[in-house]
Amino acid sequence: MKAIRFIEIAVGLFMAAGFVAIFFLAMQVSNLSITSSDETFSVTASFENVGGLKVRAPITMAGVRIGRVSNIIADKTTFEAIVTLDIDAGFDQIPDDTFAKIYTAGLLGEQYIGLDPGGSEEYLSEGGFLEMTQSALVLEELISKFMFDKAEDNAFE
Amino acid sequence: MILDQLQRLGQWGIAFFERLGRAHLLLLQMLSGTFGLLRRPSLLTAQLFNLGVLSVLIITVSGLFVGMVLALQGYYVLADFGAEESLGATVAASLIRELGPVVTGLLFAGRAGSALTAEIGLMKATEQFSGLEMMAVDPVKRILTPRLIAGLISVPLLASMFSAIGVLGGSFIGVGLQGVDEGAFWSHMQSTIDLQKDIYNSLIKSFIFGFACTWIALFQGYDCVPTSEGVSRATTRTVVHSALAVLGLDFMLTAVMYGS
Repeated sequence: MKAIRFIEIAVGLFMAAGFVAIFFLAMQVSNLSITSSDETFSVTASFENVGGLKVRAPITMAGVRIGRVSNIIADKTTFEAIVTLDIDAGFDQIPDDTFAKIYTAGLLGEQYIGLDPGGSEEYLSEGGFLEMTQSALVLEELISKFMFDKAEDNAFE
Repeated sequence: MILDQLQRLGQWGIAFFERLGRAHLLLLQMLSGTFGLLRRPSLLTAQLFNLGVLSVLIITVSGLFVGMVLALQGYYVLADFGAEESLGATVAASLIRELGPVVTGLLFAGRAGSALTAEIGLMKATEQFSGLEMMAVDPVKRILTPRLIAGLISVPLLASMFSAIGVLGGSFIGVGLQGVDEGAFWSHMQSTIDLQKDIYNSLIKSFIFGFACTWIALFQGYDCVPTSEGVSRATTRTVVHSALAVLGLDFMLTAVMYGS
């Protein structure tokens, strides 16, 4: 009788430990803890070139994450990339002339969107549009520009 | 001459497919006993103890050391690129996506699968199954089904423990010993690991591995030649076949899950 009780307690502990492990993985290790399921509002912005920006990339203001990129599509007529930004609903006082730039975290890091607030009295709300944007820095373009400049300098000498 | 060779090939082929067929028939028989098991949960508890609880030690210790080694090696490589912050993501991704389910499957085959085969094989060799049949007890439903279900339940839980302990071991080495920033370690991990893509897939993988390992072990035991040599061969085959099945299935599952 005692042996059965011991086995049952051990199995109970085993199952509990297994579920704690799954719970730990889900809460602590995965993105479940940082996907804010609370309210967001979405605004769009068009960029000439989004570089390596990905859906779910973070949106930051003053370096603090305030939202996520939810969609990136190419516009058929303007040939620009239309990026949909989901911003946490708490940030409802962002001026509508805010500047959106695509930055890279570190030299080889992920790309993200940084917002520099403007000075307008009007605030961004659902369905808003960010007019002032700056494209991603594409390393190859930079390098080729640098190379051409060098080559021209040498030609004049 | 050549006809003899052909005959041998044919014999081998027929024997192979006969075994495959018997394995599937046994599986169907075992699954048909699942509902009967609900009336006798104590059988399942005993097997959960044998297969699950007794494997916890080897699984957690292996997980701890695998996680620590990953953190050490990952740190040396990442430090060259100044990307130590990615250490958490590297350790967690490799543990959850691959190493957790695969190593757990291999260890489970070695620790529990071989024991299952030996147990079932010895039962067959000592004609305990015939004894059960004489008492009008279906040996497959009574003996094999609880073991299969216990394996199915145990392996995902064990694999999750492996990954969780491994991540903790990795953080111990990375943050505690190598001085990676704790916040960067965890936040980079959290932004990389996706609940659905990584953790659910890891559970699915380990469930399939548990199924394959337990099925192979039970079939090898049930189908063995009932002599001491036959049991020993069946035990060896269990470990070899399980390891091959886990590695092969892992490749296919990874291709399907992370392919596109």
